[in-house]
Amino acid sequence: MLMTEKEIDFMGVRKLAGVASIILVIVSIVSLAFNSLEFGLDFTSGTSVRLSYSEPVVVEDVNQTLRENGYEDAVVVTFGTDRDIRILLPVDENVAVGEQAAQAVVVGELIAELLQSDSGSEITLLGSDYVSAKVGGELVESGGIGMLVALAIIMVYIAMRFQFKFSVGAVVALAHDLIITLGIFSLFRIEFNLNTLAALLAIIGYSLNDTIVVSDRIRENFRRLRKGTPLEMVNTSLNQTLSRTLITSLTTLLVLFSILFIGGESTQGFAVALIIGVVIGTYSSIYIASNVILYMNVTREDLMLPVKEGSDLDDIP
Amino acid sequence: MLNKYPAWKNILILIVVLLGFLYSLPNLYPDDPALQISHELTELSEGDMPIITSALEAAEVDFFGEELNSESIRIRLSNLDDQLRAKTAIEEALGDSYIVALNLAPTTPGWLQAIGAGKMNLGLDLQGGVHFLMEVDMEAALNRRMEDNLSNVRTILREQRIRSRGLNLISNFHLEVRFANTDDRSQARSELVDIFPELQFQNREAEGVFILDMRMTPATALQIQNDTLQANRTTLLNRVDTLGVSEPTVQQQGSDRIVVELPGMQDPAQAIRILQRIATLEIHLEAELGAPSLSYETYNYEGIPVNVDNDVVLQGDRISNAVYQLDQNSQPSVVLSLDAQGGNQMNRATRDNVGRMMDILLIETKSRTITSVNEEGEEVEEIEFYEDKELIMHATIIQALGRQFSVTGLTPREASDLAPLIRSGSLAAPMTIVEQSVIGPSMGQENLDQGLLGVQVAAGLVVIFMLIYYRAFGMAANAALIMNILMIVAVMSSIIPATLTLPGIVGIVLTVGMAVDANVLIFTRIREELGAGAPPQQAIDAGYNRAFTTIIDANLTTFLVAAVLYTIGTGPVRGFAITLMIGIITSMFTAIVGTRAIVNLIYGGKSVKTLSIGKYRKKATQDDLSIAAGK
Repeated sequence: MLMTEKEIDFMGVRKLAGVASIILVIVSIVSLAFNSLEFGLDFTSGTSVRLSYSEPVVVEDVNQTLRENGYEDAVVVTFGTDRDIRILLPVDENVAVGEQAAQAVVVGELIAELLQSDSGSEITLLGSDYVSAKVGGELVESGGIGMLVALAIIMVYIAMRFQFKFSVGAVVALAHDLIITLGIFSLFRIEFNLNTLAALLAIIGYSLNDTIVVSDRIRENFRRLRKGTPLEMVNTSLNQTLSRTLITSLTTLLVLFSILFIGGESTQGFAVALIIGVVIGTYSSIYIASNVILYMNVTREDLMLPVKEGSDLDDIP
Repeated sequence: MLNKYPAWKNILILIVVLLGFLYSLPNLYPDDPALQISHELTELSEGDMPIITSALEAAEVDFFGEELNSESIRIRLSNLDDQLRAKTAIEEALGDSYIVALNLAPTTPGWLQAIGAGKMNLGLDLQGGVHFLMEVDMEAALNRRMEDNLSNVRTILREQRIRSRGLNLISNFHLEVRFANTDDRSQARSELVDIFPELQFQNREAEGVFILDMRMTPATALQIQNDTLQANRTTLLNRVDTLGVSEPTVQQQGSDRIVVELPGMQDPAQAIRILQRIATLEIHLEAELGAPSLSYETYNYEGIPVNVDNDVVLQGDRISNAVYQLDQNSQPSVVLSLDAQGGNQMNRATRDNVGRMMDILLIETKSRTITSVNEEGEEVEEIEFYEDKELIMHATIIQALGRQFSVTGLTPREASDLAPLIRSGSLAAPMTIVEQSVIGPSMGQENLDQGLLGVQVAAGLVVIFMLIYYRAFGMAANAALIMNILMIVAVMSSIIPATLTLPGIVGIVLTVGMAVDANVLIFTRIREELGAGAPPQQAIDAGYNRAFTTIIDANLTTFLVAAVLYTIGTGPVRGFAITLMIGIITSMFTAIVGTRAIVNLIYGGKSVKTLSIGKYRKKATQDDLSIAAGK
């Protein structure tokens, strides 16, 4: 009953998986260090130019004109009516902070002139301002602190319910998922905005969920089964939870793909981030958390502490 | 009996489901386009109504359901396209000092409102609106406080007849008083030290002068910043109320910023006019007869010129409240409350001036556009800021005043105008708008439609999958899923007034994906039990029991994370965290208790040979291993 031939020997390739993960994490960190992230205007400073057209304006045309004239990074949004638009430009690094506001005025006039020459409608420059990034900075900070606090609370909870080695496993898996997801964002230059930040937070929840389910099974098997090495028991647990892991990933991916294709432009970043996170989270719940637990030499005694449990553990001595 | 819920448990589940249905019902009633009319300063009366209705009739706008409450009038329109035209018509009829705001009015039937059911609030991204980020000028706030301290020190020294060689404001944190000898200094110090507990005192000698340094502690500075921010937030809240926006958000962000979000508001210029109104109050004394003409300014008060002394007795931020009341003789009055230091200042200023007149000035910073011709002969428009001072109260001091005093001798209309003016007039420190964005109603609608479609398709796909994979059990899970969505909507509409944003919708969608996880855990467990040879009834029971701990552990950790995110995060992060938390709680209820009830109804108490739960593999019998579960 313990190890039939048909069971997949997940932990047989644990060294390989470990090496692969370490390489991925290193690549991600290197990419983050050199490439940084493609922060959206939610996070970076920039210039906001407000224009009013005498006729309704087509955003795509404005976008195209801007692209053709060297403003590749401009973001065009309508504001209020279909005649008013707002153009967001990333900050010009060559201009001193104190002169950004003055620079913004010049840029505003340049853009207004450029668009006027390309459009039949009368364009009025409503204003151009330098928008500071402090808002984003505060959010990143509080988001970062939030993650650290969340990690600490998770570690304490798991150490109480399971054992300290499981805490380390879960947190390593979590860090693994977050770093690689961020790394992919950095490598493929995908824009990082507030929605993606929310997605990262969701990945924490998802990855944790998966890891806990597997850990739960490992704990149960350690307590129930008398025979077998820790490695065999982890393998059995992974096999027992495999169909659940796959089905849940599948339903979640179904949902995410429908957001990606139907949910509209503003949620696409969210969906992409989560799809990456779910795939990596599924992998890490199989290979990372369990792997860490095994490396820390988990033993049956670790879990034999008299934890007050419900009826499902009647066969503890 | 195994797998049979007692009747009370079934009834309880039924009640919860019914409540969920009932409280999510209001969301099906679309809002009426409406206009909300209020006055900048005063309350509206019955007399305003006919002006409005005749203006609308003249403009040929269909309207109904006009309501008047003390602060505003709301009129519903039958057509969304009429909204702007109606607004212009009313503005022309009523004039500048009235505020006409585009608005949406709920159409929830009375019986639903009576049980407290309401619509879910939609965030800016889903219904359009304006968003402002305002920065409070903290330097100005600190400077004002220190200036205030300086003039207090001067008064006290004069009263105690201690001679000084001058007072200087060195910085916003530091002021110095110079003395000719140490005796004067130590006398001054002992007088002042108790009155200014928030300042640190230090003696210093320089160039033969004996200096007393008074410095603000960092803790006090922080306290002032915090108080200033809160005071400004309250003022903004009061002003936003006059705009008649249904669910405004006025939130602190960081140490010196305030976020204002006005959903449904489509006119940023008007919002700015109200929010930016930089108004402060100052209390002065009337100038004495024969005072030098440089020491006062003349104001017009109800047609009479009044000379107001230039010395400020009290700054408006010391006024903590102003209420309209009838006094013991049933005469209208405005009762002003001051903070502790304000009370002391007021007392010192008034006890020697009984019989003199006291004046309150409202100082507004306004902007105007000036057109001038530049060197190239072009017309240039420039925005100029100027101070507009108005004398809003002129009253006799009858006795020495303290922290609370009333102003009488006003007509009822004057008294009721004055109270809100004083309340909303005082901003503790000037503010500037550092960020402003408008989301059009069409874009909001698009986001909402796409988001909802996303939820529907996602739920549809999951439902189909569960049905194919888990058969009858899948049906139970699907019923639970729908119940779960209903309950999330009900909770967000009525119990926790959470605002639904785009990340919030995504949070719900994600819950849909993850909510089935609990059922997947249970069902795979039941399959396993069946595979190990357990009889169907025991397999169901054991499946639910064994999966329970896992579900609790997994959901509780995720809930903890969501709670941390909610506490620490702002804006979008919060919106996401709250839906996730609600989703976790409701999904645990529906997935564990809800599906169990359905499964019990189908299989409980009967002798059952097989369960409709899809294929499972029997352990240890080699022949069956090839039918590996569902793959």
